[in-house]
Amino acid sequence: MGYTLNFAAVWRSFDLLLEGLALSLALAVVAILIGCAIGLATAFLLMSKSGLYRRPARLYVTIIRNTPILVLILFAYFALPQLGVRLDKFESFVLTLAIYSGAYLAEVFRAGLSSVPAGLREAGLAIGLREAQIRGAIILPLMIRNVLPSLGSTFISLFKDTSLAAAIAIPELTFEARKINVESFRVIETWIVTSLLYVATCSVLAALIRVAERRMAVPK
Amino acid sequence: MDIPAFLDQLVIARLSILKGLGMTVSISFLAICVGTMLGIGVGLALTYGGRPLRWIVRAYTDFIRGTPVLVLVLASYYVLGTIGVDLGPFEAGVLALAVFCSSHVGEIVRGALQSIAIGQTEAAKAIGLTFPQTFFHVLGPQALRQILPAWVNTAAEMVKASTLLSIIGVSELLLRTQELISRTFLSLEFYCFAGFLYFVVNYGIERFGRYVERKTAIPS
Repeated sequence: MGYTLNFAAVWRSFDLLLEGLALSLALAVVAILIGCAIGLATAFLLMSKSGLYRRPARLYVTIIRNTPILVLILFAYFALPQLGVRLDKFESFVLTLAIYSGAYLAEVFRAGLSSVPAGLREAGLAIGLREAQIRGAIILPLMIRNVLPSLGSTFISLFKDTSLAAAIAIPELTFEARKINVESFRVIETWIVTSLLYVATCSVLAALIRVAERRMAVPK
Repeated sequence: MDIPAFLDQLVIARLSILKGLGMTVSISFLAICVGTMLGIGVGLALTYGGRPLRWIVRAYTDFIRGTPVLVLVLASYYVLGTIGVDLGPFEAGVLALAVFCSSHVGEIVRGALQSIAIGQTEAAKAIGLTFPQTFFHVLGPQALRQILPAWVNTAAEMVKASTLLSIIGVSELLLRTQELISRTFLSLEFYCFAGFLYFVVNYGIERFGRYVERKTAIPS
């Protein structure tokens, strides 16, 4: 076999990996913020009584959830310019990721909204709040508490999906890892360090989410 | 959209696209089969294993679940070649997907087994069943009810993840589409078409999942 582990080349480029990781995280954060807005709006549409609102929302969720994200990314970057929509690779990637996560979050939020008891809305009406006030001050805060675990796991899988940005040459963690791999031929070392960076980040995120859950839990 | 040119090229490239679709199906099928077998072992080890075994398997699943699939695919392709296991891109890619699948199936199996009330095991012990009898006649059938719908979801995930093998050069549907686009420049048309094919496959799986869910639900 004759392969001895030598991490020197990877440590030399470790800054690049960390920069890539920071970019991955930034992409995921921006995408989930936009995705939350899309998801929340879609969730309200999905729960609407009128099919005029419900059907397009259902169509969006079904199409996005059943199409591979890599196809969506390539479509947004390579095919949309044909329709005159010219985005640079960061914009197109973040937007794709946001639309993708929006479809998953719509289901998460819908489940969260329907778990808020109807009595609370009626209580709000009884004390004279308007529909928008009830949503903002009563239903949303309660829903957030319910959906926090699923929201967290969606964010973690979104963070992992940022690795696909390497396919359109965005210099995030996987892209940098491939570069180091090709330049130094320290194949095993590069991929060990890269996966450990991903795993460590995911565990930190999971721990943060658990802390948030505990702090927002209903006091007993 | 240039529909006539698209239809022309579609007829010319029909065999290539069909081969790509066949490749996508066989990648997914193999990955699901191998991944499910591994995953059942993982789930059993997580639930019934002794402490050392449980820790090792827990570390394995956490590591796999914390790493993006693309990184698994790239690492499997490059690292295995370096340590002398000479696998083609197809084998390396299927292996990576199977490992990914196994960690998900493992968690599904563990979750299902642990959600069964402890009274069931106690009742089985009380009437003198051995552990294998308890497992096959009491716990297994109840767990299966929960496992099947989630497992069908995982199958759809694997079809979507199979697109990542295009990055290491396996001629599945997406790579064939990209080759076709670089020849015909009809990126909008062919990305839509590929997306549509994936949608059809996944939507079929999703409907099947709903059907299984209905069939396995406890009649009320």
